[in-house]
Amino acid sequence: MATRVDTLEPMPAPERPPERRLSPREWMRENLFGSWLDTILTIAFGLVVAWLVYRLGKFVFVDARWEIIERNITNLMVSRFPRDELWRVWAALLVLAPSLGFGAGTAAATRRRREVEEGRAAPPERASALRRAGPALLLVTVLLWFAQSFQATLLTLAVGALGAVGYFVGRRVSLSGARAALVVLAGIVVAYLLVTASGGVGWEDWGGFMLTVFLAVGGILLAFPFGVLLALGRRSTLPVVRAVCVAYIELFRGVPLIAVLFMGAFMIGFLLPQGFDRPSLVTRALIALVLFTAAYVAEIVRGGLQGVPTGQIEAAQALGLSPVRITIRIVMPQALRTVIPGLVGQFISLFKDTSLVAIIGLTELLNVSRNITAQPDFIAQGLIIETLIFAAFVYWTGAYWMSRESQRLERRLGLGER
Amino acid sequence: MLRIVFQAAFLTAVVAVLLYLLDNLVYNLERLGFPTGLDSLDYLRQSAGFAIPNSDFRSSQSLLDALIVGVQNTAKVSLLGIVLATVLGVVVGVARLSSNWLVRRGAAAYVEGFRNVPVLIIIVFLWLGVFLQLPPIGRAVEFLDIVVLSNRGLVVPWFDKVGSGAAFGLVAVVGLLLAAAVWIWRTRRFDRTGQPHRRFLWAGGILLGVLAVGFFATGRPWVLATPERGELSTAGGFRLAPEYAALLLGLTLYTASHIAEIVRGSILGVARGQSEAANAVGLSGFQRLRFVVLPQAFRISIPPVANQYLNLVKNSSLGVAVSYYEVTKITQVSISQRAPAVQAILVLMAIYLVFSLSIAFVTNLINRRMTLKGR
Repeated sequence: MATRVDTLEPMPAPERPPERRLSPREWMRENLFGSWLDTILTIAFGLVVAWLVYRLGKFVFVDARWEIIERNITNLMVSRFPRDELWRVWAALLVLAPSLGFGAGTAAATRRRREVEEGRAAPPERASALRRAGPALLLVTVLLWFAQSFQATLLTLAVGALGAVGYFVGRRVSLSGARAALVVLAGIVVAYLLVTASGGVGWEDWGGFMLTVFLAVGGILLAFPFGVLLALGRRSTLPVVRAVCVAYIELFRGVPLIAVLFMGAFMIGFLLPQGFDRPSLVTRALIALVLFTAAYVAEIVRGGLQGVPTGQIEAAQALGLSPVRITIRIVMPQALRTVIPGLVGQFISLFKDTSLVAIIGLTELLNVSRNITAQPDFIAQGLIIETLIFAAFVYWTGAYWMSRESQRLERRLGLGER
Repeated sequence: MLRIVFQAAFLTAVVAVLLYLLDNLVYNLERLGFPTGLDSLDYLRQSAGFAIPNSDFRSSQSLLDALIVGVQNTAKVSLLGIVLATVLGVVVGVARLSSNWLVRRGAAAYVEGFRNVPVLIIIVFLWLGVFLQLPPIGRAVEFLDIVVLSNRGLVVPWFDKVGSGAAFGLVAVVGLLLAAAVWIWRTRRFDRTGQPHRRFLWAGGILLGVLAVGFFATGRPWVLATPERGELSTAGGFRLAPEYAALLLGLTLYTASHIAEIVRGSILGVARGQSEAANAVGLSGFQRLRFVVLPQAFRISIPPVANQYLNLVKNSSLGVAVSYYEVTKITQVSISQRAPAVQAILVLMAIYLVFSLSIAFVTNLINRRMTLKGR
């Protein structure tokens, strides 16, 4: 953007002045009362902030009637999932936690090994582990607080402990990435079967926060392969293939998600041949989310593909690799590594966007939050404020936690940038 | 040769799948008695069967008219939302880089708070939790007898049309042309002589002057009406319905948090040397921002901000959740009134595609003009 400085050698990074520890007084002078204008700004803005914090704090800790959340915490988490079958959800979580922990541990170990090989190992950040998990821990604590159930607390602790065990095992056992992914996948499959198989509950009857998470995770997992194909198609040298992919991507990026969800809700039934039953509303919503997300994933992956230096492809061609092998072995691994932060960002978007399925009538977190205010005990008392704040809090902790983790990942991946 | 064969096969497969789906669609539609051929869009001429709040639309008018009202409503909330979100976003984005700790942290808290919550929850909360919780009209809050705030919305003084606006419109166009001419003249003069152009003052003054003279010359076509509170409603003034207010405010707050991040990134993206050079030649803090940093930051931020504008237009479809009658809500209502769902949804998607593609086209033009040449 700016003037370009043409030097033969890269400019040495300017040395940072040593950090000076400021006394509180000096700090305040420098950061709050630097000039007259600053002082006025600080006082005026400070009053507004203080008032806001006071109002919010008073509401959350004094005025709010959280009883509606306490009595409905199970509703908010799973909606109309049969209560007799809830043990299946816990069992699934107990399986899911160690396998996901294992995957995370393997990923951390692999990244660490690569950093050591490339001679840029960052010092281990043990102290920050608790801070990193802060928002997630906050969410779990609040949920348990509302649940006020000894059993749920115990089970949550067990889930957390198993996750930690999985993580440390994953760090020790050096599995290749593909095998670790298989372990994670196996965990997901077993967890899914635990919930649904033999007298279980299929996803059309899931609800609440569980449905929110299912739609977000299922949506991104299914959209990913589709999006990769679309991205490759858009980069293809074959004009017909490229045109079809461009048309798909621009079509779905040009319309709002709610229009696509309407399409899923009202149109899919018409597209099936005679004799086929219309799939459940959850399935149709999932299909719509996948079609929509795939277009965005395609654009993210395309960015990654463009970032792979042409020299890599030329080198592979010189070695006599076939185009397919070049794509799979050379281009994709490099491209996919750089698009991880983008994909996490898309996942966060999707996580927030799942709230839109409330409009087509699915009882996910937002819809449950609205419905419970119509219960006989709580109707017409203005409790919608409490329930929506609760829902917003759940979304916020999840999204904020993931976005912070993704920024951290970006920084670490960025270190290896060419 | 192989390429052509492969492409032909690919195209055949895609077309085959699409034809198969279309075939099923036509079959199913006919089975249910919906028209499918050239007359499949005839439903747009049927009478709507529903009224649209806060508009002159009557239920006997056609669905096409309803959609036009919907497009207008979408434009109404989107355009104002874009303006407000830009202003708020730039202010917050600059505040995030303030040297004042409290301002910096406050802006950061705003951004992180709104960015990580679904926009739908913000909108529904503002609607159900704020605007509809206001006191009913009988106990409405009044400020200085000119603003009335109740759960029926916010009523502010507004102009009532009493005369013909056409003559005044003509005057306004003339004024605009004059102002533009003066703007160009001052700019050219500045380029030639280097004397301060003050083109903003010149053009703005002339426009205001012409408008003021024209207003009285055409016989005062508008008068300012203050709202009168009645038992059940208010008369006079302009009413900001709770649905509209919630949607507008929600979209603004959410989009501004994203724009603020873009603005911050763009300002940081301007090379440090530029600021240092501006300091070295003795520009004041404001001049540095206005003439050196912001113009360059602006250029970086055009594509991502345009993307946010697009998102805002698309998110305005969430009016459907708060019963604000923009195109999506009208489509939803007309489907529930037995309009053919498939056609209605395809029309809806087409409308949004036109919106999106035209915004993309305009921003591409701007972007092409603004990017530095020759690099």
